[in-house]
Amino acid sequence: MSESVALNEQYELHVNGEVRPVRDSWLGESLLYVLRERLGLLGSKGACEQGECGSCSVLVDDELVCSCLVLAASAVDQSIVTIEGVAPIGSPSDVQQAFVDAGAVQCGFCTPGLIMATHALLERTADPTEFEIREELSGNVCRCTGYGRIIEAVQRVAVSRRVSGQA
Amino acid sequence: MSVIVPNSLSDALAALADNPDALVLAGGTDAMVEVNSGHRKPSHVIAINRVSELRSWTYDPVAATVHIGSGVTYAELMESPVADLLPALAEASRTVGSPQIRHAGTLGGNLGTCSPAGDGLPVVSALDGIVHLASVAGERSLSVHEFMVGVKRTARQPGELITGVTLPVLTGWQGYSKVGVRNAMVIALASTCLATDLEGRNVRLALGSVGPTILRCAEAEAFAATAVSFEARSVSAHDARRFGELAAAASRPINDHRATAEYRRHAIGVLASRLLRRAFPNE
Repeated sequence: MSESVALNEQYELHVNGEVRPVRDSWLGESLLYVLRERLGLLGSKGACEQGECGSCSVLVDDELVCSCLVLAASAVDQSIVTIEGVAPIGSPSDVQQAFVDAGAVQCGFCTPGLIMATHALLERTADPTEFEIREELSGNVCRCTGYGRIIEAVQRVAVSRRVSGQA
Repeated sequence: MSVIVPNSLSDALAALADNPDALVLAGGTDAMVEVNSGHRKPSHVIAINRVSELRSWTYDPVAATVHIGSGVTYAELMESPVADLLPALAEASRTVGSPQIRHAGTLGGNLGTCSPAGDGLPVVSALDGIVHLASVAGERSLSVHEFMVGVKRTARQPGELITGVTLPVLTGWQGYSKVGVRNAMVIALASTCLATDLEGRNVRLALGSVGPTILRCAEAEAFAATAVSFEARSVSAHDARRFGELAAAASRPINDHRATAEYRRHAIGVLASRLLRRAFPNE
């Protein structure tokens, strides 16, 4: 483990496998703000900025968290994965494709957070029950779908991974 | 503004000695809300999520206690085996926020914020937990009842860091219940922790969200100790109801934008009575 870090206005974050310098920022900025406004990664969405909606969900050291509640400067040396790091543009992950196929996307605002949460859920529980899906996605608010098709999308991924022997 | 990310307890304490009034940032689930909204503009932040000494818990089977480092997250407290040693704490942890919040939020942060609605706090209170504080000058430990002073006020002094809490492993049923508008992402409108100590032959009851800080219910506890049968695990329906009434009478709720005082008081009666019946399921 590295030494304790004292930060000034310039620091580096490890985002989606790349070292990204953060310059001229205020050190009180949330990770969400830095991702969007300093690093141009607009996939993570900002809505409530108090951890209620989950639309800013990212992985920090493999844990699903709300990036709005992470002080960006405190995440130096940690591995950050955003929706942009899930799959290259144009070749969606199985979760992303399942959301499209199941009609789980309407306005799309909550979708990046839900995709991150679904990937995290299926890493932990390969074959979740509907209850487990509802529980694990309870931090992600969707105001369009009523959640039925989101749950269906998650189940589709679980089934297809099982059939293809990935899980 | 400065941000320090210490990797060891000694580095954290040294940083805190340099800036005794620094914002100590644990999971950020409370503090960052205030920073994002502009209600808090810290000049110094010490982020303690990488301090390894704070990130673990230990079980002492001889003393029958569990020491929980202040950086242990709710998600970790929900996992076996610590969840089996402290089931009420695991239950309370499971009601906190969402998976995202539970991966970040810590019991130490709950204590540091000291909101009357903090879900971990009724458990620590019912178990008469001991809070451990450290600074470069040394360490001290005090009862959680002395530690929690008022609404978001604690006995922590500038320069001190909450390093952990020690909780007894009791024999007997224990549980946590809360009321809110939905199952996830909800701040308790009223909450209760009931813990039974079969060896000490007592029942402890702590209330959240219905006073300036967590309340214990001396009258309800004394009543339960005589009303229940510890051997038969039984309580009469009448006495369970009476227990709820005494709990409700001990609450000191206020009206606010989340609920009325009347609703909260009623909820406390229902929750306390229900928990007593779970602890003593026979009639």
